[in-house]
Amino acid sequence: MLRKILIATLGAAGLLAAAPAQPVQAAGAGHIEHVNWSFEGVFGTFDQDQLHRGWQIWTGYCAMCHSLDYFAFRNLEQIGFSEEEVKEIAAEYTITDGPDDTGEMFDREGIPADYWPSPYANDEEATYINGALPPDLSVITKGRAGGPDYVYSYLLGFDDEPPEDQTVPAGSYWNSAAHMSVKMPPQIFEEMVIYEDGTKETPEQHAKDITAFLHWVAEPHLDERKGTGIVTMLFLLVLTALLYALKKQIWSRVEH
Amino acid sequence: MSAMMDNKIVKWVDSRLPIFSLMDEHGIEYPTPKNLNYWWNFGSLAAFVLIVMVATGIFLAMHYVPHGDMAFASIERLMREVDYGWLLRYAHANGASMFFLVVYIHIFRGLYYGSYAKPRELLWIIGVVIMLAMMATAFMGYVLPWGQMSFWAAKVITSMFSAVPIFGEDLVVWIWGGFSVGSPTLTRFFSLHYLLPFLILALVFLHVWALHTTKSNNPLGIDIKGPQDTIPFHPYYTIKDLYGIGVLMMLFMGFVFFAPNYLGHPDNYVPANPMVTPPHIVPEWYFLPFYTVLRAIDNKLLGVIAMFASVLILIAVPWLDRSKVRSLSFRPIMKIFFWLFVLDTLILGYIGAMPAEGIWIPLGQASTAYYFLHFLVILPLVSMYEKPRPLPESISNPVVKDTQDQAAATEAK
Ligand code: HEC
Ligand code: HEM
Repeated sequence: MLRKILIATLGAAGLLAAAPAQPVQAAGAGHIEHVNWSFEGVFGTFDQDQLHRGWQIWTGYCAMCHSLDYFAFRNLEQIGFSEEEVKEIAAEYTITDGPDDTGEMFDREGIPADYWPSPYANDEEATYINGALPPDLSVITKGRAGGPDYVYSYLLGFDDEPPEDQTVPAGSYWNSAAHMSVKMPPQIFEEMVIYEDGTKETPEQHAKDITAFLHWVAEPHLDERKGTGIVTMLFLLVLTALLYALKKQIWSRVEH
Repeated sequence: MSAMMDNKIVKWVDSRLPIFSLMDEHGIEYPTPKNLNYWWNFGSLAAFVLIVMVATGIFLAMHYVPHGDMAFASIERLMREVDYGWLLRYAHANGASMFFLVVYIHIFRGLYYGSYAKPRELLWIIGVVIMLAMMATAFMGYVLPWGQMSFWAAKVITSMFSAVPIFGEDLVVWIWGGFSVGSPTLTRFFSLHYLLPFLILALVFLHVWALHTTKSNNPLGIDIKGPQDTIPFHPYYTIKDLYGIGVLMMLFMGFVFFAPNYLGHPDNYVPANPMVTPPHIVPEWYFLPFYTVLRAIDNKLLGVIAMFASVLILIAVPWLDRSKVRSLSFRPIMKIFFWLFVLDTLILGYIGAMPAEGIWIPLGQASTAYYFLHFLVILPLVSMYEKPRPLPESISNPVVKDTQDQAAATEAK
């Protein structure tokens, strides 16, 4: 009996260890490609260089249309930017603040404590200009079945022809990951940014890098979580083994 | 009596408020059958998870804002900005799943060993009430993050009450606090979600009180005959329960640290939007079997009645089972039907996750029918006509003449 329970538990733990951290669920008929992410699995962590590359793409492209409401400039310190650098970066952006003592709103330079400024005044404006609302991307990799794989596939999913039974309206683009016509124009192309670390500027690399960056924004504590998790599991393993030994010892007094 | 009771301070308090006698009698000396197997760990595991839920919940509530415009953001802020906020949130969310897992096993244990049978009927019924309270709590808790699934689950489940004849529509408006699910609904759900766990704590107290009055059942399903059949709760079952907690924690923390969103639905990371209906609205895994029952009947009112009946029917089990023998270890035919029933609930759960179309509709109906057939026909009939195997003499002397001879005979072959 006991052995069975132990085996079942270890089995369950093993399954968990083998399972990818993000469930890859079938998302309708869409085509989703699996990528080997650095942050996958029990020991996976973010690759800081990759996050920096993704940040380049974010500021250069996606930020034109998408908001990133839960991201503050100071968060950049977590991925290796210095306090000074973060100050400089924040200062490049204009933040609308106020009202001041006279009741007027005013513009000022950004500071590290500011959250990422949205490109549009409100959802209505964003929708009007783009034909559809570009969703906030702060938790996008957790908010789609398939997770980061989906976002990656979505970004590269503009090459296929739509199936025969689908018509693509003017101003829309067929996306094979979403498996429908979408209002976002294709965004990823070769050498869209120049990487300083020598990484090849292929479309696939760009899509991976921006997706990894977005996953970091969605799950900023991932590295810390897994680190704490490993220590916790080791602790529990030892504790449980000791409790088991104690249980054996105490029960040896009972006849059965 | 344990040594603790000789202490002067203990004596002083105890003669004025016998709290130490109570602890001694119920936590230390309490005579427990010596043959309990690991399935008896699940009651204490449930109590453990309940405490974890209350503890994490209280801290979450310090950061949560129960308003339609702020709920989603307040949880994102909690996970990002509050020290170990992500841990609190993931522990609470996965804790709900652990709670149901543990309690479902606890209930199946009761069904297998006949723990519901006389004299433990009230203990069992209190358990069913606990389960109902847990379901209400979990449902309202799921609404709080105010994601797409939260919103639409709230909409689907509260709309069920419109099936009530005559004043159904008014009832739903009353529950919503408006003409649709909105901020007032969220705020009242938060209030109730905070209240109900304390009601569950009170029910657990009654549950354990009833348990200690009738004493634990055991794998043989026979009564305690005397002191030779029991051992004191402490240290034997305290250490065994602690070991069980260690094992459960490994599973629990495995989810929390390495797959925290595995059991959740991605749509709940999309803020609630009344204008966009998600393509599939699916409840959490622990509601899936009941969801299949709800959808099996093509009539709203009857579907709702069937769903509630599928839980409430458990209350009647002590009387539907006509057998004098409790444990299925001695009821070979009923044992087979028990495992078929377990299989049926798993199938119900699987179908609950599928869209209500094609083959899933008749399969859902068939497995729903079997669910009720099990309780209303199989259980009474089999228990009336099945001839149980002979029972052992006592817990401390678990030999049966017949079976021993049988064992010897098979060995000789
Ligand atoms: C020209 C404006 C524009 C730019 C630039 C842009 N997007 Fe979009 N994006 C949109 C719009 C509009 C939508 C909504 C599409 C729809 O729902 O039809 C969208 C949707 C998305 C979605 C959601 C897909 C889904 O399943 O709903 C993701 C992910 C996304 N964009 C990522 C990005 C990334 C990453 C970048 C930067 C490389 C980027 N976008 C740049 C306009 C833009
Ligand atoms: C919050 C949820 C619950 C808690 C904390 C809880 C706690 C406990 C504890 C500590 C025990 C003694 C240990 C054991 O026998 O496993 C017990 C026994 C029992 N519980 Fe529960 N329980 C819960 C829910 C339920 C439910 C939902 C049911 C049934 C519908 C139930 C039915 C029983 C029965 C029949 C026993 C006696 C078992 C026996 O002696 O064989 N319980 N419970």
